[in-house]
Amino acid sequence: MSRQIPKNELNKKLSYRLKQWFLGESDTYVGILESQPQEERVPDQKMIKSHQQDQQALLEQVHDTQHNKVYKNFFRFYRITAVVCCVALVSILLIAVSYLPPVGNPDNPAHNEVVDKYIEDGLQDTGAVNVVTGMILDYRAFDTFGESNVLFIATCTVLILMRNDKKKPADHDHSDRHWEPKSDAILQKVTFVLFPIIAIYGIYVVLNGHLSPGGGFSGGAIIGAGLILYLNAYGTEKTRRFFTEKTYKYISFAALLFYCLAKSYSFYTGAHHLESGIPLGTPGAIISSGLILPLNICVGMVVACTMYAFYTLFRKEGF
Amino acid sequence: MEFVQNVPFFSIMISMFSGIVSSVLPGKVARKVNCFMITLVTAMSVWLLVFLIQSGIGSYTFMMGHFPAPFGNEIRAGVLEATMAMFFSIIMLLALWGGQTKIDEEIEESKHNIYYILINLLLSSLLALIYTNDLFTAYVFVEINTIAACGLIMIRQTGRTIEAAVRYMIMSLLGSGLLLLGICMIYDMTGHLLMSNIQETIAKIMAEGTYSVPMLITIGIITVGLAIKSALFPFHSWLPDAYGYSTISSAAILSSLVSKGYIFLLIKIIYRVIGYEHVANSHIFNVIFIFGLCGMIFGSVSAIWEKDIRRMIAFSSVAQIGYIYMGFGLGTEAGVVASLFHILMHGATKSLLFISAMGLTDVSGKSRDFFNLTGAAYRNKVAGVGFLVGSLSMVGIPIFSGFVSKLMFAEAAVQASPMKMFPTLVVLAISTILNAIYFLKTVLRIYTPEKKEVEQAKGFVRISWKEQTVFTIAIVLFILLNIVLGTNSKPIIELLIEGLHNFM
Repeated sequence: MSRQIPKNELNKKLSYRLKQWFLGESDTYVGILESQPQEERVPDQKMIKSHQQDQQALLEQVHDTQHNKVYKNFFRFYRITAVVCCVALVSILLIAVSYLPPVGNPDNPAHNEVVDKYIEDGLQDTGAVNVVTGMILDYRAFDTFGESNVLFIATCTVLILMRNDKKKPADHDHSDRHWEPKSDAILQKVTFVLFPIIAIYGIYVVLNGHLSPGGGFSGGAIIGAGLILYLNAYGTEKTRRFFTEKTYKYISFAALLFYCLAKSYSFYTGAHHLESGIPLGTPGAIISSGLILPLNICVGMVVACTMYAFYTLFRKEGF
Repeated sequence: MEFVQNVPFFSIMISMFSGIVSSVLPGKVARKVNCFMITLVTAMSVWLLVFLIQSGIGSYTFMMGHFPAPFGNEIRAGVLEATMAMFFSIIMLLALWGGQTKIDEEIEESKHNIYYILINLLLSSLLALIYTNDLFTAYVFVEINTIAACGLIMIRQTGRTIEAAVRYMIMSLLGSGLLLLGICMIYDMTGHLLMSNIQETIAKIMAEGTYSVPMLITIGIITVGLAIKSALFPFHSWLPDAYGYSTISSAAILSSLVSKGYIFLLIKIIYRVIGYEHVANSHIFNVIFIFGLCGMIFGSVSAIWEKDIRRMIAFSSVAQIGYIYMGFGLGTEAGVVASLFHILMHGATKSLLFISAMGLTDVSGKSRDFFNLTGAAYRNKVAGVGFLVGSLSMVGIPIFSGFVSKLMFAEAAVQASPMKMFPTLVVLAISTILNAIYFLKTVLRIYTPEKKEVEQAKGFVRISWKEQTVFTIAIVLFILLNIVLGTNSKPIIELLIEGLHNFM
C-alpha cells in the first residue's frame, strides 16, 4: 500500500524537484540569480559636454586646427605616407629574410657550440631537467633579472597613470562593479570549483619549472588569470580580504629583493671562481637544481601580482 | 682579480637594489636612498677609472655567473665605459638636486617614491647599456630605459605630458622594434649574442661574401632604430613636448642622459659588434652625416621660432643631437672622439640650461612666455648666471665646454675627405650663428631690467640664493663641470681616445 505524501513534503523531495526542473515547470535559480534587468546607464550629459569641450579646447588651443598649416598638410598626406612607409619597411624586411638561412636547417650558424653545450651539459651544470629553465635562470640569469624588472617598472608606470590617490566620492561612473551583475550564481559556482584547480595548477607549473615545461612566467600567468576570475565573480570586497595594494607591494618587493640578493651572491662567487656552496641535488627531484626553484617561485609571484594589479588598476576602482 | 674590478657589477646591482627597496619606502626616505646610491655609484666609477688608468689594464671582462662568456652573461669595463658611467651619474645627481623643489611641487605626494624607483632603474639600465658585452642584455635594458623614460614624462599629470608620453612611447617602441629585428637578424647570421664573438663571425662571413645584403639591411635598421630613440632630425617630433612639459629633473635627465645612452649603444654596435670597416663600407655614415647636418640647421631654426623658453631649449637638443651624429658621419676617428666629447658637453650644459630656465620662469609668475622673462636674471641671480653660462657654452665661447667640442668638430672636418669637409664647416658656422641668435636673444632679454611697477603689477617675486640652497649648489656645480670640461679638455680627450682604442 502506498501512502500519499502530503503536498508540502513532496515539494521538498529532491526527486520531485529534479523532475520539475527536467520538465521545465520550475527554475531552481529563481531568487538566487539576479533576475532583475540592470538599470540602464544614463550618461551624465554635463560630464559628456565638459569632456567634449576639453577635447575641442585641446584641438583648438594646442594644435590650432583651423589655422595650423602643418597640421592640415599632415592630415592630407598622412594616409598615403603611412601606407608607403609600411610597404617599404615590409618589403625591405622580406628581402632581408629571403637572404637569411632557412629555418630548421642543421647547418645554420645558430647551431653552434653554445647550443650544443646547453643541451649536452645543461643538466650537469644547472641540475635542471628542463634545459630552457636552466638557460634563463642559470646560464643567462642576468637577462631574466632585467626582464622581471621590466615587469616591475611597467606596474610602477601603470600605478602612476591609473592609481587615484585623491579620494573621490563614490560615484557610479568611478566604479565598474556597479554596472556588473552582483550575485551571478553560475559564475560564482563555477569559480568556486575552478579557482582552487587553477591556483593549484599554476603552483604546480611554477614548482615544476626545472623538471617539465613551464616555470615562473607561465605559472605566474596562470595564477594571475585565476585571481582575475575570482575578482570578476565575487567583486573587490571579497578580494580585498586577502589582496590589497599593500599585499601586492610587499609580495613583489620580497620576491625581487630575494632575486636581487641571491643572484648578486651567485654572480659574485661566479666571477671570482668561488664555490657557491648551493647544492644542485639529484636531478629530477622536486628540491634540486640549486637556486632555480626559489627563483622560479619569485618570478611566479611577481608575474601573478603584476597581472592581477594591471587588471584591477584598469578597472577604475583600484585594488 | 682586484676587488675594484667588481665596480661595474656592483653599480648595476646597487642601483637595481635601491629601486626595488624604494617601492616600500615613503618618498622622503626614497630620495635619500637614491641620493646616496648615485653618490656611491659616482665614487665607485671614479675609483674604477683611476684603477684602469694606473694599472694600464685598459679593459677587462667580468663574468656574470658561473659560466664563461658565450654560455653565460658577461659585462666589460674599460676607460671609456668608466668615464661615461662617472659623467652620467654626476649629471643625474645634479639634475635631481636642481629640480628637487619642482618634484615636490608637481608630483603627487604619494607618488614620490615611484619617481625615485624610475630614476634608480633608469640609472641601472644606463649603466648596463654602458657596460654590457652582450647584445641581448643590451636589448633588455633598452626596454627598462624606455618604460622608465615614459614614466618620467607622465608622472607630472597634465594633459600635455600624457600626450607627450604617448607620442614618446609610440616612437620609442618603433625604435626598440627595429633594434630587436636587427639583433634577431644578427643572431640568425652569426649564431651569437656576445659582442666579441659576433665581431669575429661577421669578419668571417663578410670575407666570404655571404649575407652581404641582409647585413646591409641589419646595419640600416639598427641605426635607424637607435636614431629614432635618440631623436635624430626627422624623428624628433616627440621631443619638444616631452622635454617641454615634464617636470624639470625629468627633462634634464631625458635630454642629457637617456638619448645619450642610446647613442653610446650605437657606438658600441658600430665598433664592437659589426666592426668599423664593415659599417664604413655600407655607406651608412653618409646617411647619418646628411641627417646630422639637417638636424643642426632645422633644430636651431625651430628654436628661433619658439616663444616658450622650455621648448626652445628642447629644440636646441635636436640641433645638438645633429652635431653628434654629424661627428660619426665624418667617418674618422677624430669625428667619433669629437662626438663623444660633445655627449659629455651637451649632458653638462643642457641640464644646466633646463634647470636655470626653471629658476627664471618661477620668478616670472610661472609664465614661460619669452616677453615675461624680461629682467628675470635680476629677480633670480643664480638662475641668471646659470643660464648665461649655459648659453655661452652652447654658442661656443672659449673657457666653456662648448668651445672645445666645436673646435674638435672643425678639426675633425678638416681631416676628413674634402667632400665632407666643406659642408661640415659651412653648416657648423651657420649653426653657431643660429645658436647665438636664439640663446643670446634670451640672455639679453633676461638681463634687460624691468620697471619696478610692472614687476609689482604682474606679481613677480625676487628670490635670493639663501632661499634655494640646493638649487644654488646644483647650478654652481654644473657651472664648475662646464668650466672643467672647457679648460681641462686635454686629459679628458686623451681618456676618450684611449678608451676608443681598446674598444676595437
